[in-house]
Amino acid sequence: MTDLAGELLGSARYFVERVGAIARFLVRLIALIPAGLLRFRLIVAQVYNAGALSLVIIMTSGLFVGMVLGLQGYDLLQRFGSEDSLGTGAALALLRELGPVVTALLFAGRAGTALASEIGLMRATDQLTAMEMMAVDPMKYVVLPRFLGGVISMPLLTAAFIAIGIFGVQLVGVQMLGVDQGSFWSQMRAAVEFDDVREGLIKGVVFGIACSLIAVFEGYHAEPTAEGVGRATTRTVVVSAVLTLVLDYLLTAFML
Amino acid sequence: MRPSRAIDLSTGLFVLLGFAAILFLVTQITNREFSLTSDSYHLQAQFENIGGLKVGAPVSMAGVTVGRVDSIGYSMDALKAIVMLRIDGSYNRIPNDSDASIFTAGLLGGQYIGLTPGGSEEYYKDGDRVEFVQDAIVLENLISKYLFSQAGKQSEHNADSTTEPPAPKE
Repeated sequence: MTDLAGELLGSARYFVERVGAIARFLVRLIALIPAGLLRFRLIVAQVYNAGALSLVIIMTSGLFVGMVLGLQGYDLLQRFGSEDSLGTGAALALLRELGPVVTALLFAGRAGTALASEIGLMRATDQLTAMEMMAVDPMKYVVLPRFLGGVISMPLLTAAFIAIGIFGVQLVGVQMLGVDQGSFWSQMRAAVEFDDVREGLIKGVVFGIACSLIAVFEGYHAEPTAEGVGRATTRTVVVSAVLTLVLDYLLTAFML
Repeated sequence: MRPSRAIDLSTGLFVLLGFAAILFLVTQITNREFSLTSDSYHLQAQFENIGGLKVGAPVSMAGVTVGRVDSIGYSMDALKAIVMLRIDGSYNRIPNDSDASIFTAGLLGGQYIGLTPGGSEEYYKDGDRVEFVQDAIVLENLISKYLFSQAGKQSEHNADSTTEPPAPKE
């Protein structure tokens, strides 16, 4: 019994330590941002890695999420004879929740794992140590550009996801199921406000910061073994996903 | 330098695409146009009350969409709402005494304009005004009318109650 209590206490303590370490890591990164912005080309390369390379999976997913939203929304709304509101419902759902959250989950899976394993492998093969020996700060040259690349990419990916998602809804709702095109767009435009778009993009930015931070943190602090890198990658996905959903609730409660 | 430039190019494309998506979301500009752009003509209708009619709402005859609401404005001279209808050019023989009414699609649906053909031999031309119109039905007005009529009946009923036949015997 005391063993169990001790173990619980131990993991609680580990959790708190972890949170503290991540927070300190974030502060260190933020302090480095002014210096890091000068290395513009490094950031561009990471925007390419995290953003441009994720675009295909984001857009494919967005299209299908939008299409299924069109099908389900139509089936539900036509029971009340208000299938004209399909555009409104789908656009709000995509803008406020589905767009940012699904993008963040995909981003954690596609870009976050790549970041964590890349940095973890650098750690395992002593590349980070070698940089330190040469008086090159790996935080500045390796971690920060990757972090900023992710933070810049996420809102753009979110916007792309939502836009193509609305296209998917329109494809199924208007082209296939015959919702009136004028009503679809005019009702959507009447109901969707700028605040909704802003809410989606703010969520995109916050999730981008969270997912990128977790990825670079886990990679940087990975055990320098093959197993450790694997574990860091797994933890990146798990922690990013949970953090995204918790933050989503908090942000929604805050902005609604 | 070549691979770096390829990366720049696709990164630039990605960033531009992202901003284009944001722009699309903010403005919601898309071709909501009914496929009639080239040949179409406008009709004008004045309503006392258009309810929740929106720009882009369908104009239908017998349930078939023949055009769109092009713009909605308010005339300070007529003190009425001015609704411009754009009718597809292929529906160019609408009798010029047809009337326009604002209907609601379903109980919760959006509002649209229904044209009911008249019997005239003349047809509407571009820029014509629809003379016979029926305003949007505002649910609150209907309810209040109903309530008042019920209240009226009720007081009548109370006044009559003295002369009411006696309750049926058992």
